[in-house]
Amino acid sequence: MRRRRPSESVNIIVCVKQIPDPETPAASFKVDEAAKKVIPAQGIAPVVNPFDPQATEAALRLRDAAGEGKVTVISLGPDSARDAIKHALAMGADEGVLLNDPSFEGIDNFQTAVALAKAIQKIGAFDLILMGRSAADWDMGVVPAGVGQLLGVPVVTVAKAIERNGGAVKVDRVLDDGFQTVETPLPAVVSVSNEFGEPRYPQLRQIMLAAKKTVQVWGAADIGMAADELGASGRWLPLDALYVPKVESNVEIIEGETPEEKARNLAQKLRAAKLI
Amino acid sequence: MPGILIVAETSAGAVAPISFELLGAARQLSAQGAGSVSAVVAGGEAEAKALIAHGAEAVYTADAALAGQPADASLAAVEAALQASGADIVLVGTTSFGRDLGPALAFRQKTGIAMDCTELKIEGGRLRATRGCYGGNARAEHTWKAPLQIATVKPKSFDAPEPDAGRSGAITASGAAGESKVKVLGVAKAESTGIRLEDAQVVVSGGRGLGDESGFRALEELASVLPQAAVGASRAACDLGWYPPAAQVGLTGKVVSPNLYIAIAISGASQHMAGMAGSKNIVAINKDPDANMVKAAKFAIVDDYKKVVPALIEEIKKLG
Ligand SMILES: Cc1cc2nc3c(=O)[nH]c(=O)nc-3n(C[C@H](O)[C@H](O)[C@H](O)COP(=O)(O)OP(=O)(O)OC[C@H]3O[C@@H](n4cnc5c(N)ncnc54)[C@H](O)[C@@H]3O)c2cc1C
Ligand SMILES: Nc1ncnc2c1ncn2[C@@H]1O[C@H](COP(=O)(O)O)[C@@H](O)[C@H]1O
Repeated sequence: MRRRRPSESVNIIVCVKQIPDPETPAASFKVDEAAKKVIPAQGIAPVVNPFDPQATEAALRLRDAAGEGKVTVISLGPDSARDAIKHALAMGADEGVLLNDPSFEGIDNFQTAVALAKAIQKIGAFDLILMGRSAADWDMGVVPAGVGQLLGVPVVTVAKAIERNGGAVKVDRVLDDGFQTVETPLPAVVSVSNEFGEPRYPQLRQIMLAAKKTVQVWGAADIGMAADELGASGRWLPLDALYVPKVESNVEIIEGETPEEKARNLAQKLRAAKLI
Repeated sequence: MPGILIVAETSAGAVAPISFELLGAARQLSAQGAGSVSAVVAGGEAEAKALIAHGAEAVYTADAALAGQPADASLAAVEAALQASGADIVLVGTTSFGRDLGPALAFRQKTGIAMDCTELKIEGGRLRATRGCYGGNARAEHTWKAPLQIATVKPKSFDAPEPDAGRSGAITASGAAGESKVKVLGVAKAESTGIRLEDAQVVVSGGRGLGDESGFRALEELASVLPQAAVGASRAACDLGWYPPAAQVGLTGKVVSPNLYIAIAISGASQHMAGMAGSKNIVAINKDPDANMVKAAKFAIVDDYKKVVPALIEEIKKLG
């Protein structure tokens, strides 16, 4: 076997979040307005934030291309967030860290970024931190920027392809009006978008193997977070209200015996309404 | 004195429309007692004058070369303007640039940022922001813990003020130089044939129910017989490679609010609605009478688009 230079080895951290299924039909989506919380939909299990397996996939490909290295998965969340970590481990990640503490209840994305940055400092050396472009619960997309700022490393967002180039990565990004290719020195934070493509799906054997991989559990004290930084009272962006907007339907279904007749009736309605 | 700073953007050398929408939002807040309105722009006097005509009372100009750079290169210029203006509210557009700049600025200033806001108001002297979350299924209202309040504003949420060349304002060139460790190696602009999706009066959008890429040819033909029309797509259609990502409408795509939005074989998931619910009139063409898009529409045809669309094109041609 060819000996690889240690510099080729790559140390990657992937952050994954467990969230309510974003495909929950609107009719099953309910909010407890007093508690300012989403009521878990009956029979719909929480999932890994859809962009995060894509970040994991990116990490695994970079590790495997280097031939050597480690992928560590971190999730901050309740006990059930262990499933999000297990999913990444079953995909092929090496180790997991669950950040779990009662005082994490009700925290916002900013406190989350602080906690993740502290946990990453505790883990120590890393070349690359991969995340999803945003979490499909609060739809904010701020944690990647936050972890980058807090750790003092560059941040590249909305990646559709990532390629390692020695001590740097070349990233293809999706912009509002096209694409951009950038290069950032490592260490860096990169957030991944759906354009990256489908992540691998763990096979049964890998799921069984993942059960043997270690998942450490760290509380607030383990990462050195003070009580006043935590809980809903420590939010940087207090949540004052959460509700489901009312939508009413006033649709007029266009009648007709045949598709052609419906099309004619629609064209006439649109003309009458001066829309065409 | 407190006030509002908007972070303007340019596109193809001119002030981008989102910047005027930010000024529209800022003027509303100013009228509610939030103080004066300033703007910072990577550009020169022409850009500054356009911003003043649209309601900025002071403009800080920074090196125009920052415009094509990664957002963090602009942080120093924005922070200098923030300090010079004394603003306690910063508004940024929810754009590729703003999605990067806003959160980076917030963490550096140790304050929160509300992303993609659709409503803003002053209550008790402080900003209160409303934004969609959970894919558009819910709405959240936020305030800030720290004195500085930063928000990105969703495109098409505020009207741009009418420009008035008679308005005056101070223009200050800022020497703040910024750089990024991230190097831009290349850019590929999406090919745009005809009118920009965001500017179109009519948007004809297709989804997964089109069945294949060729469905979009029929939609393009429909768009070609309608004035000021452009073609959009759902994420499902873009992910399948049937249409370019730049045409994606929705939460993670474009925001459009045309006079007429024709949704063809799109179910109407909340994340898609987040990009087009502001359309003045929605037409749905869908096989499923219970599709969310049908319920949200003004007019709907429940049938196979393959039969409806060609007939619709003929009927529109007949109407002339
Ligand atoms: C974080 C996140 C962000 C997202 N961002 C976006 C976004 O920005 N934009 C976006 O669009 N989606 C987004 N989505 C995806 C969204 O949830 C839906 O999956 C997607 O919009 C579905 O696309 P669709 O309506 O084309 O497909 P489907 O939901 O599969 O609907 C297809 C429709 O076509 C109809 N149909 C089928 N055949 C025919 C026919 N022959 N004639 C007529 N009708 C027919 C069906 O009845 C159905 O209603 C996002 C999801 C997540 C989790
Ligand atoms: N609680 C969390 N635990 C682990 N990673 C997270 C958490 N929250 C956010 N992230 C990461 O940050 C990305 C963007 O999230 P956000 O900024 O909250 O939209 C997600 O896709 C994750 O990769």
